[in-house]
Amino acid sequence: MTDNKTISINEHKDFRVSSSSLKEVRNFSRDVFEKLNLNQDLKDELVLAIAEAAQNIVKHAYKDQETDDRMEIKISLNDSELEIGFFDKGRLVEKDNVRHRKIDDVKPGGLGTFFIQEIMDAVVFKEGDKPWINHLVLTKKI
Amino acid sequence: MTYKTSTEGNIATVYLDGEIDMDVTEKAKEVIFPLIEAKKEVHINLSAVQYMDSSGISVLIESHQKATELETKVILKEISKSVLKVIMMAKLEQILNLD
Repeated sequence: MTDNKTISINEHKDFRVSSSSLKEVRNFSRDVFEKLNLNQDLKDELVLAIAEAAQNIVKHAYKDQETDDRMEIKISLNDSELEIGFFDKGRLVEKDNVRHRKIDDVKPGGLGTFFIQEIMDAVVFKEGDKPWINHLVLTKKI
Repeated sequence: MTYKTSTEGNIATVYLDGEIDMDVTEKAKEVIFPLIEAKKEVHINLSAVQYMDSSGISVLIESHQKATELETKVILKEISKSVLKVIMMAKLEQILNLD
């Protein structure tokens, strides 16, 4: 198989902001990662991180809101640096309010953010360029 | 996600199948919680679950906590490799009842 250093990808897709889109998000991610030389465990972890971030948009950026908005996910790989961008038009995410649960505090909730941080090297929240409100960037050297 | 249940004496077994995410957690709770509330010992068979995210893990935590409150048990059976990995990432293998 080809070394990931020689592979460059840049793929994006938009999805309806809804929990019913999460399967489609996972399928898109799986299709992209099939093109890379990654072991199955890492592929599964990356798909989980992407699905959790998309879920956070549905759950938090659009909390208690029905919407027809769409969110966009971009996956790019350059020189073995994987970057996954999430763009949405929901409520502005207050970076300081984003925290995962303490791992010894056994309760439902806050686990998705913990998984993302466990799997990825870096998680950065940015204000999105118009028309987007939020731009989340996940990166990992692979 | 699809499911089936069977009951033998005081043990109810729920066989979950497919992918468990935020979109199906309410359905999973609707199947599992009434069995716990009926004070059954609930076995959740996860052999056919290919994917579970934090929402699915939250259902397992809530089920475990509800069962403890009601002095019964939830036991996770035949956990698929992918689900076990997520349980371990959440560091819940010592907290949930795994078989």
